Amino acid sequence: MKSQKIKIFVVVAAVVAVAAAVPHTGSFIILLVTRALAFSILVMSLDILLGFTGLASMGQAAYLGVSAYLTAILATRYQIGLGYDFWLVLVLGILLGAALAAVFGLLAIRASGVYFLMITLALGQCVWGLAYRWNSLTGGDNGINLRERPRFGIDLSYDVTFFYVVLALFAASLLLMYVLVRSPFGKTLVGIRERELRMRILGYNTWLHKYLAFIIAGGFGGLAGVLWAHTAGIVSPENLVLTTSVDALLMAVLGGAGTLVGGVIGAFIVFGLREYLSTVVPWWQYALGAVYVLTILYLPWGLMGIPERIRQRRLLGTKPVIPQKLGIPA
Amino acid sequence: MERIFLRRLAAVVLGGCLAFLLSLRTEAEELRIGYVAPTTGIFAQQGKDMVDGFQMYLDDAKNDFGGAQVKFIVEDEQGKPDTAVTKAKKLVLQDKVQMFVGGLLATTGYALAPVSTAESIYVIPVAAADDLTQRDLNKFPYFIRTGWTSSQPSHPFGQWACDQGYKKIVAIGADYAFGHEVIGGFQKAFENCGGQIIQKIWPPLGSKDFGPYIPTIKQNADAIFTLMVGPMSLQFPKQLAAAGNKKPVIGGGTSYDEFVLPSMGDEVIGHISTLQYSAALETPKNQEFVKKYRAKYGKVPSYYSETNYTTALMIHEVMKKNNGKWPGGPEFIKQLSGMKFDTLRGPVVFDDRRNPVQNIYIKKVEKKKMFGYDKEELWNTVIKTYPNVSQFGQFSESEFLKQPVYSRDFPPCKFCE
Repeated sequence: MKSQKIKIFVVVAAVVAVAAAVPHTGSFIILLVTRALAFSILVMSLDILLGFTGLASMGQAAYLGVSAYLTAILATRYQIGLGYDFWLVLVLGILLGAALAAVFGLLAIRASGVYFLMITLALGQCVWGLAYRWNSLTGGDNGINLRERPRFGIDLSYDVTFFYVVLALFAASLLLMYVLVRSPFGKTLVGIRERELRMRILGYNTWLHKYLAFIIAGGFGGLAGVLWAHTAGIVSPENLVLTTSVDALLMAVLGGAGTLVGGVIGAFIVFGLREYLSTVVPWWQYALGAVYVLTILYLPWGLMGIPERIRQRRLLGTKPVIPQKLGIPA
Repeated sequence: MERIFLRRLAAVVLGGCLAFLLSLRTEAEELRIGYVAPTTGIFAQQGKDMVDGFQMYLDDAKNDFGGAQVKFIVEDEQGKPDTAVTKAKKLVLQDKVQMFVGGLLATTGYALAPVSTAESIYVIPVAAADDLTQRDLNKFPYFIRTGWTSSQPSHPFGQWACDQGYKKIVAIGADYAFGHEVIGGFQKAFENCGGQIIQKIWPPLGSKDFGPYIPTIKQNADAIFTLMVGPMSLQFPKQLAAAGNKKPVIGGGTSYDEFVLPSMGDEVIGHISTLQYSAALETPKNQEFVKKYRAKYGKVPSYYSETNYTTALMIHEVMKKNNGKWPGGPEFIKQLSGMKFDTLRGPVVFDDRRNPVQNIYIKKVEKKKMFGYDKEELWNTVIKTYPNVSQFGQFSESEFLKQPVYSRDFPPCKFCE
């Protein structure tokens, strides 16, 4: 329990440090951190499925995408969401993400393992195809430009202000998801991940639990989408294409699935390498590749597994015991 | 110990002095040009041609634009619009560039236009999205296009197809905005002079297997119009020939651009396409450019290279006029669009919608020796030149702007059976 408190303290300290330090960095860094934070919400939502429930979803970008499109369409066509009604759009985005997940969940939750992965992949691509081909609504592959950010007392077009809003929503999401996975419901999810049959024998309706987790993850994905639309200022099919889902998955695995915070670290590392390092050196892709390969070879628990590894090594003085269950299909 | 410390201190002080001296030396005006291109990912090759074209001009001019020292900063947009936005913002916010140039896909053009401000304008050499200089022009006052609109070459080409006596044509093209616009422009012009588009086929962008599409091509067509990009351009003519096609094949510029032409086989000989540039233009200027480019980068310049070389030239001309002083973004755009340029692709002026008015070339793929190279190669021989073509071609601007932008469903396929 004591180590849990330390962990919470570290995370809170990190969030405060980011809040305090980032506005003093260059304006480009503020932009990058905002992007990474918004995307982190998606990665964490995926982690609820991947790390805690043991469901590797390959279609998580769909929820980000639909609510990003919702935000863009409401703002550009109906001028909704550019004032106080930003919060309304935020709620609508969450609801839309959750609703889409509720539909997709009916189809996907029946399967598990690789089959679940393939169904979610297919469903995600359906949404992509829709965004790509429904020209009159989505602008096809040109996407939709969001030319202004909301203004309500505070002006979100200032990158620093917007950064604080995203950070606050990020922190709230982290807290909510943390409470969720620590709750009895969260424990049942872990139970399902570990051994679904036993949970069923114990009398749990495992389908329903997985379904609910799926919907909740969709809702958080929707939240990420609203923020993402305003961060990038452009919504295009690229936002919900397969590679975006895969990115989220890789970030979660890189940081350590089943830790929530790991996904955030993964997101920051990937964004840092892909969008910051690439402005500095041309070989950023090799760095990104090396990070992935080394993590998978030496840190099966992701970067969040490092302290555990060190502790084991110190205690046993031998090679650390590799935990067997990761909640990730091998 | 102390000695080491002193030595280190000396080095630091010396370095500091040097840096200070160097900073004093750069009194001359600095022109910071940001460049956004896909240098990784599936479009990396086009991105390389783009950067090479621009860089070659800078090397020719020794980075000196009328007295201003050019600082050229290339950023990788990875072929994704939102990455392009991030990178452009980096150039604007961190590097404080006076202008950013680039963007390959039409999507990227649309995404980057809102990033432009009076302090950092956007110069568009490649991204051909029609609406930027048509219906969306006034939304974004701080960009100028030095390249073309997707449908610009298609308008005279439609007329040309009528002149050849073609009555019925089947169009097959990549299913995305650029494809819709190129084919849309062709259809409008072709049907305007009495032709009929009897079928439109849209394979997805990036298709490599045209097996499902080629057999559906209507046999009563007089010709086939293709609009392919990248690897699609290579595969389509090959598979069309293998299917025993005997019909004439014509197409949009990217189907046969020098970017793909050297990798193509003899099956494309005789195919006809249109664009505002051909590497086989027989002007002394172009010959010199092709030879120099080829010697430097080992390949024939594509339109991606040419349009960027030309863009750099245009920026240089404006800077020369201002004796190397940056006139400010809006003024720069005003001056640039008021000037006349004698470029590799021919004379270029601008219309009042910040888009070039220029020659459009009808080009036939031929296998021959050119510019003194001793091997027979494929070249886009110019067979007809339409001078001074604006983005509206033979149509009146006001009428044209009343119609919606070309899309998969516009113009409607009236003659489709």
